[in-house]
Amino acid sequence: MDSVIQVRDLTKTYKNTTALDGIDFDIERNTIYGLLGRNGAGKTTAMSILTAQNFATAGSVRVFGEDPYENPRVLSRMCFVRESQKYPDEATARSAFRSAAMFFPNWDQAFCDRLIDEFQVPMKTIIKKLSRGQLSAVGVIIGLASRAEITFFDEPYLGLDAVARQIFYDRLLEDYAEHPRTIILSSHLIDEISHLIERVLVIDKGRIIMDQSAEEARERATNVVGDAEAVESLVAGREVLHREGLGRVASVTFLGTLTEEERRAVEASGLELAPVPLQQLIVRLTQHQNTSETEGALR
Amino acid sequence: MDESKPLFVQIAEMVEDQIVDGTLREEDKAPSTNEIAAFARINPATAAKGVNMLVDKGILYKRRGIGMFVAPGAREQVLGERKAAFADTYVAPLIAEARKLGLTADDVTQLIAERAAHTS
Repeated sequence: MDSVIQVRDLTKTYKNTTALDGIDFDIERNTIYGLLGRNGAGKTTAMSILTAQNFATAGSVRVFGEDPYENPRVLSRMCFVRESQKYPDEATARSAFRSAAMFFPNWDQAFCDRLIDEFQVPMKTIIKKLSRGQLSAVGVIIGLASRAEITFFDEPYLGLDAVARQIFYDRLLEDYAEHPRTIILSSHLIDEISHLIERVLVIDKGRIIMDQSAEEARERATNVVGDAEAVESLVAGREVLHREGLGRVASVTFLGTLTEEERRAVEASGLELAPVPLQQLIVRLTQHQNTSETEGALR
Repeated sequence: MDESKPLFVQIAEMVEDQIVDGTLREEDKAPSTNEIAAFARINPATAAKGVNMLVDKGILYKRRGIGMFVAPGAREQVLGERKAAFADTYVAPLIAEARKLGLTADDVTQLIAERAAHTS
């Protein structure tokens, strides 16, 4: 595997809280990742440490095989678009783009100009006075036009309407196809990005609870709906993530999939099987993680 | 799209549909993975997986440095596969629903004949 980032036993603690609890993961070259998880799970902390904007308490981080901290060789090859990006007081979009053009070796000014046009960013207004959506657009444009070898987008869409978000996704895919690079997309709008990403990393309470391809994630759980008794006998002995009932009908999400033979038998018996969409799966897994912990604590 | 199937399978079927309806003819150049990815708004790796599945099945073939092309006999092959799957994909659910409603096989046959006469 050709990895551009290697994280080993990375821990970050603030006074009383553990933001990252000894996590390990690799990021493969030229792949689009979804970095997902609840607010406060540790996603932004991880990205900040990878881009040397924050320190690790323990553990090691390697980017292009080197320590990123105060390392211009590594930093100029990465772009981190944060939700709460700060710009100098007097900066305008024009000056922000100009600085980015100087910093990033692969900057594409023509692409930047086209995006400015599409997102309709006012160039002369100082950034402080831009709307939330316009501010996000400035970050998105820098992230795309920088064409950095590794680009992090940390919830880049705040204030962007559905049309603007679609422009972002379309240009991202288009440009990625022509200029393959590593993209790490952190988002709560999982349904919107689930087809864009090739691999999924889920952080929950400072730990990695999922690290697999989007295709594998699809096979991770199954939903079955039908007569409650039949459903319960099917899921007996399986790890159940979620249960819902309506009269004599039950809907149960369980871990794993069925063999083709089992599937046919189940469908012939009148039960309906469906894959679990990524967003649902992550909601269920993070909830499940929490309930099994509480149960464990009670025992 | 039909979410009950993996995305790359849906992509392969989308290309097959174009071969069946004649949009793509034998020896035509197939859309590139990047074109498919942009059209379907999906990751190019997923599009590539769908295209590779068609290459493995012999429906598309690769010309080095030029791209993917529709193989001779591709349409026949897809039609054959679809006909073979027709009973499972369409007839089985039809019968299951008919049973629920208390319709007999004869009722269903008659309904099919009527509808076919209507739409042809």
